[in-house]
Amino acid sequence: MSAVDIRGVSKVFGSGPGQVEALKDIDLSIESGQFVSLIGPSGCGKSTLLRLVGDLLPPTGGSLTVAGKTPHEARLSRDYGMVFQQATLLDWRSVRANVELPLEIMGASADERTARAEEMLELVQLGDFGGHYPWQLSGGMQQRVAIARALSFKPSLLLMDEPFGALDEMTREAMQDELLRIWERSKRTVIFVTHSIPEAVFLSQRTVVMSRRPGRITRIVDIDLPYPRDEDTREDRRFYDKVTEVREALREHE
Amino acid sequence: MVAGAVDTWTEGRRLPQWLRSTLWFVAILGFLLLMWEGYKFLWTEMGWSWPVRPINRSMPHTWDIVDALFSPARRGGSDILLVILGEAALFTLREAVLGFVIGAIVGFFLAVVFVRSPLAERSLMPYVVASQTVPIIAIAPMVVLWAGRNDWPQWIAVAFISSYLTFFPVTINALRGLQSPPPTASELMRSYAATPNQELRKLLVPAALPYIFTALKISATASVIGAIIGELPAGLPNGLGRVLLRFASSFSSAPEKLFAAVIVSALAGIVFVAAISLAERMIVRARPEVFQAEPESLSVATHRGIA
Ligand SMILES: Nc1ncnc2c1ncn2[C@@H]1O[C@H](COP(=O)(O)OP(=O)(O)OP(=O)(O)O)[C@@H](O)[C@H]1O
Ligand SMILES: [Mg+2]
Repeated sequence: MSAVDIRGVSKVFGSGPGQVEALKDIDLSIESGQFVSLIGPSGCGKSTLLRLVGDLLPPTGGSLTVAGKTPHEARLSRDYGMVFQQATLLDWRSVRANVELPLEIMGASADERTARAEEMLELVQLGDFGGHYPWQLSGGMQQRVAIARALSFKPSLLLMDEPFGALDEMTREAMQDELLRIWERSKRTVIFVTHSIPEAVFLSQRTVVMSRRPGRITRIVDIDLPYPRDEDTREDRRFYDKVTEVREALREHE
Repeated sequence: MVAGAVDTWTEGRRLPQWLRSTLWFVAILGFLLLMWEGYKFLWTEMGWSWPVRPINRSMPHTWDIVDALFSPARRGGSDILLVILGEAALFTLREAVLGFVIGAIVGFFLAVVFVRSPLAERSLMPYVVASQTVPIIAIAPMVVLWAGRNDWPQWIAVAFISSYLTFFPVTINALRGLQSPPPTASELMRSYAATPNQELRKLLVPAALPYIFTALKISATASVIGAIIGELPAGLPNGLGRVLLRFASSFSSAPEKLFAAVIVSALAGIVFVAAISLAERMIVRARPEVFQAEPESLSVATHRGIA
């Protein structure tokens, strides 16, 4: 059974002359534990596709299943961990309390929450910052808290929409290393939206290339570079070849 | 933990925050008194009479006002004016506080209904706005009359009049605050399958608190005004409303009494607002302007992340 199965999905916003056909005939199947990136020009429907999977929007055509369930059922059984471009931490809560928020809502005991939050903060290397407040953290640290929060309740599927888009290049690469390290340890399914070709290639096993208007999948590039990937990977010939392949796939449909 | 860490290098030379604001308050008060007496002096010397003639019957000396506060209110009476005004202020504050509480609860409740249902907002908001364009002078006698029919104490009727002025700022600001979290925050709550109540308790209300406290401060002053105005048609003799009216009518013979009453009324409002500011400071964790994390531990963690 695939972790995510998307069949003939389309999405039209609005109706009449002003309507926007955001997605058309999307077919995509993602194996459990796979790391998949979505890349494409701005406005091609990457975020929309992620929202359809995450049951934040209903599709106008086709069908989606997540681990055999409808997206709605999957959301109610807390299968989704979401990370957006903005960390969206709650200012009035400490870092620890932010990580505990989903567990609080899901009714976990206080002991369990504390233990999970500590564990998650260690995982993102912020063990000493539990008592700090979001405004006391740098952008990269905030984003790591957001990742810790998304993982705290052990969702099976991680949906990430340009999570590192607002970070500088150095921090961004550090975050990519860290995300891969976390992914290799937890083996969760990840759908990762990005604008950066090297980021997509470095992180994922498959890079899904999309085109605009209406958004559709034009190519799926398999990235068969071995894990663990590290600094050497970034300088590897095969890495550059894959970057070129994705770039050309993007150009074809300009 | 927060306040102490700010600019530690200047801490030694600076007075504590509360002392500084108190000193400023006193300094500004002194300046205003000086302006008042200066105006009287200069206008008298120059023989000017515009905009106000500097005579004692329209502009009493500041010391005469203070003197009036500590003199018996009536010739041969035993209570000094300050005590009488203080008692009147307490009476009015009781109405104002009850009106404030009713107004705040109703105002908050309306905001929650509006944020839950845009239809309710669109259909009810015009009435909420319209309610505030009806002069309170027109509403007050009706409320007093209805309360009288139902044998409610008059001061409760005044509290309701006061709540009429109180709820509006709370509704408008609380609604703004409840709508303040970014859409992604609500999407996160949705992804946790949070119930609407959980979303309200954990996200919307905490986000709205700073907005609500701003409104409560506006409402506190409005509730005192509402109570004073409400006392007039209610014919309540014990509140500030009646006292102000009485002293206004005898203004030309004893102007310092009206000024004294105005000062005490203002003090009542200030005390009310100060109490709310105190509650705000205890409840809302203000986001400080100054970056306060210890710089060293910050850079350590960042480097660890990169290495
Ligand atoms: N709620 C909405 N209502 C109407 N149109 C929408 C809505 N959300 C997205 N769209 C439209 O759907 C299209 C795809 O939007 P989407 O946000 O998915 O693009 P994207 O690939 O994520 O872009 P970017 O890379 O800039 O984030 C755009 O044309 C956008 O205008
Ligand atoms: Mg997007």
